[in-house]
Amino acid sequence: MQPEKFYYDNKIVKQFGIATIVWGIVGMLVGVVIAFQLAYPALSFGIPYTTFGRLRPLHTNAVIFAFVGNAVFAGSYYIFQRVLKTRMFSDTLSKIHLWGWQLIIVVGAISLLLGYTTGKEYAELEWPVDIMITIVWVIFGINMFGTILKRRERHLYVAIWFFIGTWVAVAMLHIVNSFELPFSIFKSYSLYAGVQDALVQWWYGHNAVAFFLTTPFLGLMYYFVPKAAERPVYSYRWSIIHFWALIFIYIWAGPHHLLYTALPEWAQALGTVFSVMLILPSWGGMLNGLFTIRGAWDKVKEDPVLKMFVVALTAYGMATFEGPMLSLKSVNAVSHYTDWTIAHVHVGALGFNGFMIFGMLYWLVPRMWNTTLFSRKMANQHFIIGTIGILVYAVPLYWAGFTQSLMWKKFTDSGQLQYQFIETITSIVPMYILRAIGGTVYLVGALMAVYNLAKTMKKGSFVANEAAEAIPFKLQAMPAVKMHWHSVIERKPVRMLILSLVAVAIGGAIELVPTFMIESNVPSIAAVKPYTPLELQGRDIYVREGCYTCHSQMIRPFRDEEARYGEYSKAGEFVYDHPFQWGSKRTGPDLHREGGKYPDSWHFRHMRDPQEMSPGSLMPTYNWLIENDINIKSTPAKIRAMQTLGVPYPKGFDKIANDDLHRQADSIVAGLQKDKIKVSRDKEIIAIIAYLQRLGTDIKKNQTTSNEVH
Amino acid sequence: MKFTNYLKQIQNVSIYPLISLILFTTIFTIVAIYVFSADKKKMDDQAGIPLQ
Repeated sequence: MQPEKFYYDNKIVKQFGIATIVWGIVGMLVGVVIAFQLAYPALSFGIPYTTFGRLRPLHTNAVIFAFVGNAVFAGSYYIFQRVLKTRMFSDTLSKIHLWGWQLIIVVGAISLLLGYTTGKEYAELEWPVDIMITIVWVIFGINMFGTILKRRERHLYVAIWFFIGTWVAVAMLHIVNSFELPFSIFKSYSLYAGVQDALVQWWYGHNAVAFFLTTPFLGLMYYFVPKAAERPVYSYRWSIIHFWALIFIYIWAGPHHLLYTALPEWAQALGTVFSVMLILPSWGGMLNGLFTIRGAWDKVKEDPVLKMFVVALTAYGMATFEGPMLSLKSVNAVSHYTDWTIAHVHVGALGFNGFMIFGMLYWLVPRMWNTTLFSRKMANQHFIIGTIGILVYAVPLYWAGFTQSLMWKKFTDSGQLQYQFIETITSIVPMYILRAIGGTVYLVGALMAVYNLAKTMKKGSFVANEAAEAIPFKLQAMPAVKMHWHSVIERKPVRMLILSLVAVAIGGAIELVPTFMIESNVPSIAAVKPYTPLELQGRDIYVREGCYTCHSQMIRPFRDEEARYGEYSKAGEFVYDHPFQWGSKRTGPDLHREGGKYPDSWHFRHMRDPQEMSPGSLMPTYNWLIENDINIKSTPAKIRAMQTLGVPYPKGFDKIANDDLHRQADSIVAGLQKDKIKVSRDKEIIAIIAYLQRLGTDIKKNQTTSNEVH
Repeated sequence: MKFTNYLKQIQNVSIYPLISLILFTTIFTIVAIYVFSADKKKMDDQAGIPLQ
């Protein structure tokens, strides 16, 4: 039989690889900046575009979608071609995918800095960008399946399954979580409200970790670890179980982000049970990777690639043990809203994702440039510096998390809260400084990688089209061994796709449907009324400035939280919240019962200079809210959008909404004047004060509730 | 456009986590049976694909 000659497309791998490095440095640099801002709020510089609330979403989106995303595409484009023994389906589609994704990143970054955000973590990009993502993702899918269909290898290697699972799940998650109603060219409201929005968001948020940061990296692991160790994967049997168990269990675990919240109890229990079960496939996968390297232990001492992989897999094991532990209600009661979560995710992000990526690049670049690594010594130093960076980052944050949580919960003998919120923050600032230093050290390591890889590229000569040959698929004899039913699935990629979709869709549907369909799952409260136009404008400013990155709006039913913030939050209080703003971290106090706690003048002064009202506060100034006018032109469109979403404003209210807005603004201005503050009624500060003063007050006004379930 | 609640309440909602557990256990068992009854040579061949 005559083998066919063909060429692997290395250029697309190179381009995605370079994009990985460039965006990686940008994303990490922004991370270092915001880490220092948490210790020194003056570093927000008093302008909106460089303030923590806007930079934090930029950091998370940049590292997840730009750094990790490009790395997945680089690695998968390399792997598809090799294990399927063919060039990519279409060079044109590869190019559209590459440049489309980079365009999304640039547009996304600019829009986040300008304050266009949906206010939903890791899904902050607004509706036009969401559509762009969908289009590019479909193009990636066509290119991927086209390549699979024209392959010259009968069997689909396990790495390919992980990429198929990734593609299917991310498509589903992105579409379901991005349902939003545009009311202007760049802004929209989430179709879901309150509890429903929270459930969809964390179903998405958790599975973004699962299917964007984990499954594709396991695909990379199953290819690059055997390659680097020069031996096949330890157990191919395990890898099959690993795949099905992981994609089937992961999808159910989302509600563990909402323990003790207003989410129905049964959904919380579901999240916990499946989270604990996740240990098994995760550790199975980790051990499979580590055991693959086991026989090559002598090489690990020398080879920076294998060293990186060993630490990456260990970090994966640690993070996937910790994750289920954090899903236990008793542990979550302590960890949630603290820096423990941030430490946890960075063990995964810096350790697992980061080191897998650097290991992969150190392996790929010399091969594609037909040379050897410029400096193996420098790569080994990078490994050491990076590992130290991770430790200096994570350990202080664990400390900060425990310290703060214990301080929050501490009562005096006479039954009073022992610490003011501000004391719990000022006591952990030294930990924030250490964390920022740890992040900087890790970034220095990454810069060394940039230098080393650039020098390697310069030293070698790039092979854009790598020659290969294989026997055409149709001419290959069928295997002599008896076919097993699973082999039939594995050889049929479309069937594989459908089964993966079924596995993830069942999980999603069972989790989400009851919360949407059944009234008793979101008890309504008669006293809860829609926001006034001024409050709605204020709420949109709250979303725009990313206040949710530091403040929660969800009081859990604990003694200390009720003593500190007030009555615990009920599901029915959020029915008009498009989007929900529960938050996930308390660098500042919870704001759900903020209404009426302080006078308007306090809020005015606090926004202008937080440290004046609350010495030691880490909050940056928001003095531009005093300068900027409320965009009242948008009020009617916002009201109409809310009406479409089912918020019961009276018919024709959009036309008189601004009159109502001015009336309320006038009364706030008059109140401020009494406290010797002069400000015009058109300013954004008035709207944000109106919103903050409304928060959580509905059930205080009228205690009669209907259908209330505790 | 509004997400209305179609049902007042649902009886025995705890059946949902049970369904999920049963589904998972079934699939897990089937995959496990397949995997451990699979031909050793075939498994080795497939594991060797990246190294060819």
